[in-house]
Amino acid sequence: MDKVMSDTRIEDGAGTVAENGKRVIVEVTDLKKYFPIRSGIVFQREVAAVKAVDGVSFRIFQGETLGLVGESGCGKSTTGRTILQLYRATAGSVKFEGQEITELKGEPLRKMRLRMQMVFQDPYASLNPRMSVGRIVAEPLVIHNIGTKKERQERVAELMDLVGLNPYFVSRYPHEFSGGQRQRIGLARSLALNPSFIVADEPISALDVSIQAQVVNLLQQLQEDLGLTYLFIAHDLSMVRHLCDRVAVMYLGKIVEVAESEELYTNPLHPYTQALLSAVPVPDPKVEEKRQRIILKGDVPSPINPPTGCNFNTRCPVSIDVCCNEDPQMVEVLPEHWVACHRVM
Amino acid sequence: MAVAEGAEPISLEEEQKGSNPWVDAWRLFRRNKASLVALVIICAIFFIAISAKFWTSVGLLDERSGTGSRHSINPANQARVDPYPDPGSCARDDQVRSPYWCGWLDDDMLATVKDSYCSYPEPDADQQQWCYMLGADSQGKDWLSQTVYGAQVSLAVGVVGSTMSLIVGLIYGLVSGFYGGRIDNIMMRIIDFMYGIPYLVMVILFQVFFTEIAREYQDSGREGFVGFILQINKDMGGLLFLFVALGLLSWIGMARLARGQVLAYREKEFVEAARALGASNRRIIFVHLLPNIIGPLIVAETLAIPGYIFTEAFLSFIGLGVQPGTPSWGAMISEVRTRGGFFSNRHILLVPSIALVITTLAFNFLGDGLRDALDPRLRGT
Repeated sequence: MDKVMSDTRIEDGAGTVAENGKRVIVEVTDLKKYFPIRSGIVFQREVAAVKAVDGVSFRIFQGETLGLVGESGCGKSTTGRTILQLYRATAGSVKFEGQEITELKGEPLRKMRLRMQMVFQDPYASLNPRMSVGRIVAEPLVIHNIGTKKERQERVAELMDLVGLNPYFVSRYPHEFSGGQRQRIGLARSLALNPSFIVADEPISALDVSIQAQVVNLLQQLQEDLGLTYLFIAHDLSMVRHLCDRVAVMYLGKIVEVAESEELYTNPLHPYTQALLSAVPVPDPKVEEKRQRIILKGDVPSPINPPTGCNFNTRCPVSIDVCCNEDPQMVEVLPEHWVACHRVM
Repeated sequence: MAVAEGAEPISLEEEQKGSNPWVDAWRLFRRNKASLVALVIICAIFFIAISAKFWTSVGLLDERSGTGSRHSINPANQARVDPYPDPGSCARDDQVRSPYWCGWLDDDMLATVKDSYCSYPEPDADQQQWCYMLGADSQGKDWLSQTVYGAQVSLAVGVVGSTMSLIVGLIYGLVSGFYGGRIDNIMMRIIDFMYGIPYLVMVILFQVFFTEIAREYQDSGREGFVGFILQINKDMGGLLFLFVALGLLSWIGMARLARGQVLAYREKEFVEAARALGASNRRIIFVHLLPNIIGPLIVAETLAIPGYIFTEAFLSFIGLGVQPGTPSWGAMISEVRTRGGFFSNRHILLVPSIALVITTLAFNFLGDGLRDALDPRLRGT
């Protein structure tokens, strides 16, 4: 797969340029993250592994938003965290602005963290309840020893203004804010270091629908103003359609389909994507009436022991013999539309 | 940032004051009247203990000053002090209830006492009211002074015991929980092993061990480091070894609690956020974990203080605590055991017991209040 995707790669200092002329910010190649399961009282041995991410490859272009969707437990968050080196990759490579970062440690890794940040899902857990908002937002600056105390204060006020919070709230504590406000605080913190790439791990899933729109609009506004690149992890498909330029669909640790947003939603090719999209309600009663849901049989198999061949074959409505034996490769079926399915090829 | 180019730095007048979690905790604590009273009582006990010298110089017999004291019993009379005195030997039975109890003395009573069997030393005029407020023991030691000095021992054991246990347990639990994996596994198995050791038996054995060593050194007249330590222990009235014996085992519960707390917070997203920002382990531990886990640990330690005080009292009661002659509530209670007077001289038993009960109850109420104030589960964060 990586052979297919990276054939026209040109190296140049701050990242590679893809065949379509866009600059690649993040390039993930065959990334794997297995969580070992250990057993034993004192001397533990590894008895199995949860294959949370099992060979994922994709690229994120500068200034775009790549949506990563899939059901709970399919490895979306793990992918995001492994890219940011919050988890050590089991195998594979992550290139950020052309630099391999899976092997980075210590100071170089800390420096790399200046450029890529994360926004978390749970606004109630992602802020330290014992720190004032001012300290939370200033923390990145303190960690990287940037600026004097006064400069930090000014920067904090600037950031809070940027995310739509009153800078006079700096000495308040997280528990005094609502979910949406907390998410803005988290956003201000991740923007403090002027990153170019942000992994947004379901940043709106824990919010009220009315607040979701606010936060999504804020994310878009910031992207325009600051030229950010997002990896937007979500399971709200309509929000992804609204926000993302391209969408990658994940199932059981693997990416099954990547395409531009409109293309994916109007012309889903992988049977799993089709099933997933058929679950999205349509805000038009007449269309909604005719909407046919594809109900998948069975449950998601255990990621400890995924099925052989295509890992979707146990639930696929159109699976054939070859699906059980051969792992499908990612193929560009239509321009910029990649699918991993034997039945599509 | 285009949006915020004109943002002004915050001036303090306009700044909206947030409610600091610690301030909130104090507000919650203040609402609990019982704990507030307990806090006042504990402060009072601390004050009395620290200023013990002052109290006992007003009182009659400073037992620490020994026979050289102005107020000590006349050796001539000491022979007459009989552990089972006959109350009738006092001149007026209704006024001087027993040789052990002089109570408040007015001039008449003082005259009576002076003439009576219980010929306590003559107090100065301005000290007369303070004469043996809470009676004395069979050796003529003022029971109030003893109780006041006993508070020193009990509080020292409570505070030092809990502080040591908190520090050791916290460090152990933090390391174990934070680093996890094999380190955690080995450290926890050690704790499991130590849990199998009966606490009180172990403390007693330690005390016996220390006593043996002290005796051996005394007999052989050896010096050196051990002798130096023994001397310090002696100067502290035997408290040093008591601290060591308590400290060696008391931290294991705290270590488990600390580890559990660390595990609960280690995976929180704000810790992960700090890591994503490039924070060092040290920063994560001291800025993010410690302030969040310390509350329940302080509560647990406050609630454990009565336990340390009781252990000390128990050890002193059976003669394995403080050294003989050092006033301690447990040792005072044991006076009843060694010299009798269970029915006839109830104050011997009652005074230190009441002091013990008040102190431990106060710590329990304080701990309750702290738990309500510091337990984050009771609040929205």
